[in-house]
Amino acid sequence: MSEKTTLFEFKNIHVEVENTEVVSGVSLTIRPGEIHAIMGPNGSGKSTLSNALMGHPAYKITKGEVCLDGQNLLGMTADERSRAGLFLAFQYPLAIPGVTVANFMRTAVRAHRGRDADMTDFRKLFKSRMEELEVDSSFATRYLNDGFSGGEKKRIEILQMAMLDPKMAILDETDSGLDIDALKIVAEGINRFSNNRNGILMVTHYQRLLSYVKPDYVHVMMSGRLVTSGGPELALKLEDKGYEWVETEFGRKAETR
Amino acid sequence: MSASMKRQKQDLTALGEDYATKYGFHDPVDYFHKGAKGINHEVVEMISRMKKEPKWMTDKRHEALDIFFSKPTPQWGNTKLLNDINYDDIYYFMKPIEEQQTSWDDVPEYIKKTFDKLGIPQAEREFLGGVTAQYESQVVYHSMRDDLKKKGIVFLDSDSALVEHPDIVEKYFSTVVPSADNKFAALNTAAWSGGSFLYVPPGVDVQVPLQAYFRINAENVGQFERTLIIADKGSRVHYIEGCTAPIYSTESLHCAVVEVIGLEGSYIRYTTIQNWARNILNLVTKRASAHKNATIEWVDGNLGSRLSMKYPCIQLIGEGARGEILSVAFAGRDQHQDAGAKMIHAAPNTSSRITSKSISKANGRASYRGLAKVYKNAENSKVSVVCDALLIGEEARSDTYPTMEIDSEKVSVEHEARVSKVAEEQLFYLTSRGLSEDEARLLIVNGFMEPFTKELPLEYAVELNRLIELEMEGSIG
Repeated sequence: MSEKTTLFEFKNIHVEVENTEVVSGVSLTIRPGEIHAIMGPNGSGKSTLSNALMGHPAYKITKGEVCLDGQNLLGMTADERSRAGLFLAFQYPLAIPGVTVANFMRTAVRAHRGRDADMTDFRKLFKSRMEELEVDSSFATRYLNDGFSGGEKKRIEILQMAMLDPKMAILDETDSGLDIDALKIVAEGINRFSNNRNGILMVTHYQRLLSYVKPDYVHVMMSGRLVTSGGPELALKLEDKGYEWVETEFGRKAETR
Repeated sequence: MSASMKRQKQDLTALGEDYATKYGFHDPVDYFHKGAKGINHEVVEMISRMKKEPKWMTDKRHEALDIFFSKPTPQWGNTKLLNDINYDDIYYFMKPIEEQQTSWDDVPEYIKKTFDKLGIPQAEREFLGGVTAQYESQVVYHSMRDDLKKKGIVFLDSDSALVEHPDIVEKYFSTVVPSADNKFAALNTAAWSGGSFLYVPPGVDVQVPLQAYFRINAENVGQFERTLIIADKGSRVHYIEGCTAPIYSTESLHCAVVEVIGLEGSYIRYTTIQNWARNILNLVTKRASAHKNATIEWVDGNLGSRLSMKYPCIQLIGEGARGEILSVAFAGRDQHQDAGAKMIHAAPNTSSRITSKSISKANGRASYRGLAKVYKNAENSKVSVVCDALLIGEEARSDTYPTMEIDSEKVSVEHEARVSKVAEEQLFYLTSRGLSEDEARLLIVNGFMEPFTKELPLEYAVELNRLIELEMEGSIG
């Protein structure tokens, strides 16, 4: 695969949390326009991988390479990775009391555009993105994630993604905590974001988001390793047979690899 | 480079580059009257005579001076710094210009320049009803809109008030903070000069905020301003006071007394933001008395200084009186903010709320020292105290000394205290959106302060956020 057609790539990633290796040699290549999904049971290392890729200081990448659009992300801090075009939708977004969603969003957009950038279009852009995601306008003046329901938090994560327009978005369990209506709205938001220049990596335990956002590739993670990959049909098979099937089929492989 | 200059330079570095130009400027002043250092009965007599004060005030000064001499230095708060004050090395009175000015055009250029940097003329143009600006010990500029004057509102510096309205001053002066209250209140009463005087007649609603700006501009000058605010029956007023001081290299003492009196059914809000230079000892006695059905609110922000000891107090002495104290303290490197609030419930059906927020960074220390006292007769009273501390960095320190003395049984009391750290997870969340760590930390701090900031008039809120931004620069180092 030539350099040009690769958008996001990590090779042989190892991640340690508190001196314990949680991710052991994971590799993936995502080309522009592709949607990938990593599925796996709880504790398989999915969230650790997501956080480590974004540059969480407590999740140390001890080995491997991470490249986004030709830039080496290792050695960059989280904010540098963000400005390089990487985005992580959090599984558990944090509350920032006293900081309104609008103020936060403006600060983040300014951080991306540069300190002296023109912000005159911000209000209009923010308003239209909120409308697309059916986020009530009252949320603009509410404190970020402070007292939000699980579903509201996830919707605001997608709103942030839509505002920052990253090259590569990692969505960590974005479907959890969503009722069916909210799931559809969030999925629409993800599909609207997706284009032939950017990439999406969905990290999820369940298949249900994948019914609304069709992945091109599905990878299964177990015990810190990707044990198998396939097309969207793999997600359905998992839904049907459960993770026990993967364990039987690939468990030993995960152990011995 | 002299030791003092070195220290000054360190201060500047610690504060961020443009602090010096914005707040650290100071003008060479050829002081008209620069008395000798130290305080004694002769100095007090001289101050009183120069101000042509009535005898009762002269006597009060002398009496207060004796109390000051006889009272020991408080042995709490920051004992080391308090014990080290050299009262003989302080000027107790200076007067920068001979006559008080009446219009902005008459104010000397060098003083104007100082106020320009502080944004006073603009502030006045935009929304203020009156300005009383203190430069050293004398008020040099004072103005008030004519319509306020017509309503009978008296807004003067305290020296002029004593000349023009001696009866009102005599009636209320020292009634809320008696000379014997504490050593520093006694010193202030003996040496006071300047400060604001505000009287609002019965039933008058002052719809624009009234503002005074104070500043200390000479090395080793003790500033002993004295403020007296009286809202007569059923009146309403919002008084705002902001303080900035330039940076100096030796200790400087600020020792103010503020007395606020809300008569029956009145409403007073007293807003202050103090941003002292890092060498100043800020020892202030602020107290209010709320009569029947009166409401008094302190909105009190403390930045800067070497040490601040300040506990705004509201005495709820009339039935149905309401008191609220909302305070913020920011303790940066080498700073100690010993701040708090006191609520005294001395009548039935009174209610109060204290919200105290503090931020400590580097080796800064913020202490909350508070008292909620409910006397036996104060039945059906409500007390609520919330203390919220935010720590930035591993060295930062926060202490809470809350005291509750509840002598009545039919009382509702709520007390909450929280200490939080700027959490790594919060920082990661914000930095993952492209904010640098400094920006992320500043956003968290501004959010923490928001319940306070939103109570301020817009330009003060903007100014406070700017000051916090300066304080937060390189907050990890």
